[in-house]
Amino acid sequence: MGGLQKKKFERGSATNYITRNKARKKLQLSLPDFRRLCILKGIYPHEPKHKKKVNKGSTAARTFYLLKDIRFLLHEPIVGKFRDYKVFVRKLKRAYGKTEWSAVERLKENKPTYKLDHIIKERFPSFIDALRDIDDALCMAFLFSTFARTGKCHVQTIQLCRRLTVEWMNYVIASRSLRKVFISIKGIYYQAEVMGQLITWLVPYQFSHDHPTDVDYRVMATFTEFYTTLLGFVNFRLYHSLNLVYPPKLDSKTESELKDEDDYAMNSESYLEKLSALSASLARVVSTAEEEEAQLDQFPVEGEDIETMEAREKEEKQQEAQKKLFEGLKFFLNREVPRESLAFLIRCFGGEVSWDKSVCIGSTYDVTDETITHHIVDRPNVDKQYINRYYIQPQWLYDCVNAKILLPVEDYFLGVTLPPHLSPFVEEKDGDYVPPEKLKIMALQRGEKPAQEDEEEEGEEEEEEEGEDEEEEEDDNEEEDEEEEADEKNLKIMEEQRSQGKSLKVKVTPGKVKVENAARLEQEEKAEEKRLAIMMMKKKEKYLYDKIMFGKKRKIREANKLAAKRKAHDDAEKSDKKKKAKTRK
Amino acid sequence: MESNMAGTERAREAKKAREKGARKRSKEEREEEQEEEREEEREEEREEIFNFKKKSSEHDEDEDLSDSEDSIFSGLEDSGSDSEDDEEEERPDDEEHLKVETEQVEEKKKKKGGEEEKKEDEYEHDSSDEEDIRNTVGNIPMEWYKDFPHIGYDLDGKKIYKPIRNKDELDDFLDKMENADYWRTVHDKQTGSDIVLSDEQVELVNRLQKGQFGDVNFNEYQPQVEFFSKDLMLHPVTNRPADKRSFIPSLIEKEKVSKLVHAIKMGWIKPRRLEDDSRGRYYDLWASEDSSALAKHKMHLPAPKIPLPGHHESYNPPPEYLFTDEERALWEQQDPSDRKCPFIPRKFSSLRQVPAFPRFIHERFERCLDLYLCPRQRKMRVNVNPEDLIPKLPKPKDLQPFPTTQSLVYRGHSGLVRSISISPSGQWLASGSDDGSVRFWEVCSARCMKTVQVGGAVKSIAWNPNPSVCLLAVALDSVLLILSPSLADRQVVSSTERLLSGHQEAEPEEGAGPVTWSEVEGEELTQGIRLRLQHPKAIHQVVWHAKGDYLATVMPDHSSHLQVFIHQVSRRRSQNPFRKNKGLVQCVSFHPVRPYFFVATQRSVRIYNLIKQEMTKKLQANSKWISSMAVHPGGDHVICGSYDCRLSWFDLDLSTKPYKILRHHKKAVRGVAYHRLYPLFASASDDGSVIVCHGTVYNDLLQNPLIVPVKVLRGHVITHDLGVLDVTFHPTQPWIFSSGADATIRLFT
Repeated sequence: MGGLQKKKFERGSATNYITRNKARKKLQLSLPDFRRLCILKGIYPHEPKHKKKVNKGSTAARTFYLLKDIRFLLHEPIVGKFRDYKVFVRKLKRAYGKTEWSAVERLKENKPTYKLDHIIKERFPSFIDALRDIDDALCMAFLFSTFARTGKCHVQTIQLCRRLTVEWMNYVIASRSLRKVFISIKGIYYQAEVMGQLITWLVPYQFSHDHPTDVDYRVMATFTEFYTTLLGFVNFRLYHSLNLVYPPKLDSKTESELKDEDDYAMNSESYLEKLSALSASLARVVSTAEEEEAQLDQFPVEGEDIETMEAREKEEKQQEAQKKLFEGLKFFLNREVPRESLAFLIRCFGGEVSWDKSVCIGSTYDVTDETITHHIVDRPNVDKQYINRYYIQPQWLYDCVNAKILLPVEDYFLGVTLPPHLSPFVEEKDGDYVPPEKLKIMALQRGEKPAQEDEEEEGEEEEEEEGEDEEEEEDDNEEEDEEEEADEKNLKIMEEQRSQGKSLKVKVTPGKVKVENAARLEQEEKAEEKRLAIMMMKKKEKYLYDKIMFGKKRKIREANKLAAKRKAHDDAEKSDKKKKAKTRK
Repeated sequence: MESNMAGTERAREAKKAREKGARKRSKEEREEEQEEEREEEREEEREEIFNFKKKSSEHDEDEDLSDSEDSIFSGLEDSGSDSEDDEEEERPDDEEHLKVETEQVEEKKKKKGGEEEKKEDEYEHDSSDEEDIRNTVGNIPMEWYKDFPHIGYDLDGKKIYKPIRNKDELDDFLDKMENADYWRTVHDKQTGSDIVLSDEQVELVNRLQKGQFGDVNFNEYQPQVEFFSKDLMLHPVTNRPADKRSFIPSLIEKEKVSKLVHAIKMGWIKPRRLEDDSRGRYYDLWASEDSSALAKHKMHLPAPKIPLPGHHESYNPPPEYLFTDEERALWEQQDPSDRKCPFIPRKFSSLRQVPAFPRFIHERFERCLDLYLCPRQRKMRVNVNPEDLIPKLPKPKDLQPFPTTQSLVYRGHSGLVRSISISPSGQWLASGSDDGSVRFWEVCSARCMKTVQVGGAVKSIAWNPNPSVCLLAVALDSVLLILSPSLADRQVVSSTERLLSGHQEAEPEEGAGPVTWSEVEGEELTQGIRLRLQHPKAIHQVVWHAKGDYLATVMPDHSSHLQVFIHQVSRRRSQNPFRKNKGLVQCVSFHPVRPYFFVATQRSVRIYNLIKQEMTKKLQANSKWISSMAVHPGGDHVICGSYDCRLSWFDLDLSTKPYKILRHHKKAVRGVAYHRLYPLFASASDDGSVIVCHGTVYNDLLQNPLIVPVKVLRGHVITHDLGVLDVTFHPTQPWIFSSGADATIRLFT
């Protein structure tokens, strides 16, 4: 019929994507270099909508990159640096092979290096973008800073990571932006709110790692390279936003106090050590003694009613209170508790903290100080106890931070079984399972007095009721059916008797007044209506609806399971107690 | 010649030794040497018997020995005379000849008076029985002569025989014990004789061992004359004139420099880079934020954040989050990718007991891999309230009346009730069952008024819709019976009689058709059976025309065109309307007001115009196998039930496709029915339920027909996988009857 024949795969989505190998060839890079470039530039594969179309009719598994992304990589200055490096390695090998040591020296001096500044600016055009993505950077930096200084990566990287993390922690302390903490079995999670962004990071426990063999450290090192650069710039900006000196300097006042410990370490290292002690405040560019508490004027935003505004205000007030949670308290850390984590925590909420002089540099007062209010201990008992302070376990601090109030210390005394440590990141919605401990804390937050037993039971009852309600709905129909069946059975028996020729015993029984539960009837009616409407749903919608309902039901099931488990556990404990009591008698 | 050569060699060695005189040696070495020397002596004696010494070691010792001897000699000589050259020739001759030595010493005596006594001592030691033997073999390992009786050759070329010795170890030992000079006796391998060292020689050995000069008189600490000092000297050290090259610029250097300059100019040589750690230099990167860059990242999908930990990840979780034994076993069995929780929740009683997480680096690494390897795709998450998905239907309450509750159960049949039919007056209900009986029930009281045994499973039953006659058609096997139950007032009964007997006068059939009509007599007549129509095949369904004169029967058969018969009762005539087989006929129906005839085959419904004798329409039911069909009393709508659980609702004015397909039932639909007055229709299914639907069609064409299920009626018990078999509405009331496989008929009001 005339016209040119349309060829397949020459337009549309087939031309928008490119396979990894083709991309690599286009960039003329080796696979490791390509990988590095992708990591640094943040290029990731895309999953096309119609894979077969993009794959030119084949269904083989392939990774696709957007062609635009790859074109964007083509004029990246770093690609040139990669090539330079390749040449450098080649020359160096040659020089080694010829044992030309002067050439080796010269080459090594002129080793090509690259900077990542422009990439960071490109990937994160605004500062907020960078903050949003800083979670992973922090996790990685904290992990690398705990590595031993041998093997796996360069010592400089480890030192840089350590420096950056210490800077970050000092910033969080200075800005008092820590919100939540959680001790998990993996490590300690922290959540801070920096410029409106919630930033969560995970710090591993301070143990040496047994390095797994199936992990490619080159990939991790490339990521770390990028992340350290990012973190450095972010720190710089953050410090300047608070008028702090960057690189951080200790306050001159505190510095002079700390001076006397010169014999602790080498001079070059001791400054970082002092910073990482987290016990001193930082020097400011403009030495304002105290920042004025600027009273924020409230402007009602359009489309926001008074209620939400009030709620916000209340929340702000709560936050302010949380920031000053430990103010006025004086802590002393025993040597077995994780010093860095606790010092960070206490300083973030305005407390004073110290430790034994031999544990770490930067301790400010001694055990014998009479004004110490809390002594953090993680051992069954302490030999010499001072009367005017609480000896508590470290979990108290974490729980206090999460509850935003000072919890009663009785549950956290030495040798006491600790109450469960709950995750502050879980926000229970309706129908979710809420552990009774959480209910208790919520009650404390509301200002109610802990009437222990009752609270617990109430909570349980509530849950049970909820569960029952849901079950009831399902049961309703069945019940009806059962009634009918029962009637029928009666009739059948009567009929049988009749057919056998027996005269029925005629008996007049007083009629029972059926109590008509109006509410229930209405409910039933509604349920039936709903069922009928569901029958009329379209196939597609029905499928979706079934899926949603299945998910909901599963959630309920899980919640019920947890509740049942808890109940069984509590019952077992109670019976144990009783037994013990009996044996005592 | 040989001796000469050896002599010069010796001399050279002696010279060396003298030069080496200052060389320090550790004492131990010396002592060892001495020891070895002594050993040597002993062994030499044994040599005839044992030969266990290694060649090389012996050789070394040999050299050492000679060396020491040389040095001894040279030391003495050195002290004696200054001129080396003169004596060089002499010395080889004097070698090891102590007599000569002593002579020389005697010469020295003039210089050193104090040494005289010693020399005399030496004389004493000198034994007279020592011969002057001169060996000319040269500096070779003496063991080469081990197996010979001689040890070398003297100057005249005569063999020098080994001294005859038969010293064994015992002799050696005795010698050691008795001989006072044993410690200074040295064995000369060259001659095979023992030499006793003089005091002077011993002294010399001692001095050398101490690292002192062999010459006692040598001053080690002479004042040094410095030639090259910082002081400018008046005269040059050398008198040589300066070279030309020292004042003419070098061409080679010039070339080299120009090469370097060129390289620097061209940028080949770069200045040494300053060591700067650029990695630690930071500045305000976001000082000038430009929003233009934001536009570039349109397709950017930010990586999802790591999900936040829940209670179960705590180091001290509430007890309900810990695994029970079963859960743990299940977790361990599961594939790591299937696990809901990638780790086992654990509880520690205090913070100090928490160990490092072994998979920490793994998890971080996996996150890295996810970030750069995992393909990203924007997924639209359906965030919809499930309640919004449910269509908004008018409330069933507003669509009343419709049957809602079961009010009566008609019991009496013993087999499954296949078919039911209600009299046009609505007072009587007839039912046909597999137990071979037809029962008549009074609707209001559920009383069985009459039972007729027809002798075969009743397939279908139909009450004449004409209210002025009271007739019932019953289909069993291949027979169609016309019953007159006489359950009406007298007028109706008489009119029925008239209808049945009115044909009596007509002429008998010419030729027997496929259907034979016959009157019934005797016993059956008393039961009310009036006519018997014998069909060629088993009848499946019977249906009356609205006027009550015609009735149609269905005999499903794949292969023949004799599937449908239309009978006229008043004239007792039967005819087959179709000449061709268009598929397996499932059921048929008359149009209630117009001369149309509906024939439902397996997948479609055909509508024939009986007057024009042509097909007017073919409805596609979109189902696999139609089971039943009902026509709306107005004649505009048809519903078809099918064995694949569907109910198709057709609007004849609109399309040949079903307007709506309802999939309400879980199992095959067995029967469908329309209500004559109310906008209701119902479907009965094997799942034991009857669903009543409200179906209104508006006169306004713009408004869609309203089809709403209003009630699900349950009551029948499922027996042998069969539930409700037939369903029919009451002609005037919003009541519905259903018959089921559990041998009951139920009335819902």
